[in-house]
Amino acid sequence: MQDLAVLFKGNNLARLLGGLGVTLKLSLLSVALSVALGLIVGALMTLKNPVVRAFFRLWLETVRIVPQLVLLFLVYFGLAKAFNIQISGETAAVAVFTFWGAGEMGDLVRGAITSIPVHQRESSAALGLTRGQCWRFVLLPQAARRLVPQAINLATRMIKTTSLVMLIGVVEVLKVGSQIIDAARYDAPQAAVWIYAVVFFLYFLACWPISLVAGRLEKRWA
Amino acid sequence: MSDKPILEVRHLSKNFDANGVLKDVSFAMKEGEVIVVVGPSGCGKSTLLRCINGLERPDGGEILLDGQRIDTGADLVQVRRQVGMVFQSYDLFPHMDVLGNLTLGPVQALKRPKPEVEAEAEQALARVGLAEKAKSLPRQLSGGQKQRVALVRAMLMHPRLLLLDEITAALDPEMVREVLNVVLDLAREGMTMLIVTHEMRFAEAVADRVLFLEGGLVLEEAPPKQFFHHPQTERAQQFLNTFEFDAVR
Repeated sequence: MQDLAVLFKGNNLARLLGGLGVTLKLSLLSVALSVALGLIVGALMTLKNPVVRAFFRLWLETVRIVPQLVLLFLVYFGLAKAFNIQISGETAAVAVFTFWGAGEMGDLVRGAITSIPVHQRESSAALGLTRGQCWRFVLLPQAARRLVPQAINLATRMIKTTSLVMLIGVVEVLKVGSQIIDAARYDAPQAAVWIYAVVFFLYFLACWPISLVAGRLEKRWA
Repeated sequence: MSDKPILEVRHLSKNFDANGVLKDVSFAMKEGEVIVVVGPSGCGKSTLLRCINGLERPDGGEILLDGQRIDTGADLVQVRRQVGMVFQSYDLFPHMDVLGNLTLGPVQALKRPKPEVEAEAEQALARVGLAEKAKSLPRQLSGGQKQRVALVRAMLMHPRLLLLDEITAALDPEMVREVLNVVLDLAREGMTMLIVTHEMRFAEAVADRVLFLEGGLVLEEAPPKQFFHHPQTERAQQFLNTFEFDAVR
């Protein structure tokens, strides 16, 4: 039980919760920016202009192929080395995650819009609805229903991937956890199990409500 | 019935369309008249209908509704508020219940008060035997029920003219009847309709006049009795024979 006690030693629990706060701050900021930008990017992706298409294609393939960690290193260390631009780890993290999230979210938005059969557009036009009314009452509500499950999935993936930012010196929940484990290595070598269990539980707490909301929306819209 | 044509199509042409090509199509229809367009697939029937309500832009010729040009692409929204159209694939809005589907056009496009439209919609639903389906979602309905809802949806706009594009082609045989009965009722009530169909018996029953379209041209234009029993052109005879299995035996 000495191992479990490590969790409550000093201000360890408060530090873990503080780390969770950093994780949540980075995630929420990145997810919010990604959703906002993704809606615009997605709408632009449906355009037929070849230059626009090529640009977004390149963006999307980049964030899909290049590991997020490489992007983090590129922005955090690369900018400093090549251009002597010093930015904080948190700024670099939000920039990279938004770059990733907006690209993927844009593709989800594009998919949701283009998967609506052309007949929906035609039959609303045949009803005498204007283009704006068609988007507002027919296309967007259907696109939103298709989008929500995938957007939620992306959001939870982004929350989990923020654990990478400890590698550019940002102290988030997982980093706090390993600091606590390192400090207790001699007194309580088994503490790691407990600490990681708690970290696991904290991630669960962060993602579970999102999954609940998604499940409820899916049921209502099924 | 006034003698002035409600719809006039003059030398209409449309090239390179997936649904068929129109070369030179002319006809006129009076208020309350029902014209059925028949012909082999790819002859341009659907393209004709789609040109009339502006889903396709004609390449040549003129289309006039109540004497006004409607083929210029200007004010398409206004045109479509007067020309209703029902498609083969029903195309109800899947995220709205039946009542929502029915009231969207009148409330948003015509700015009519919602309670008034809902009351009218419920009456109209009852007339086609779907009174208890007002709160159902489209996916809870059978094909025939969906198509009846689509007909009611178009009719609630009180169009001057209704275009029906093969509305029974995607239905199981036993559901065709319930949909066609609704159309027959509309014809009796004096609705002006331009109908594309492959149901020849129905065409004969509902039509005031038949247009036989082939290769983008009107090859024959006649009252249904004459067209179905004494077709004038050889091509029309051949076409009608494809529906006669007795001839094979």
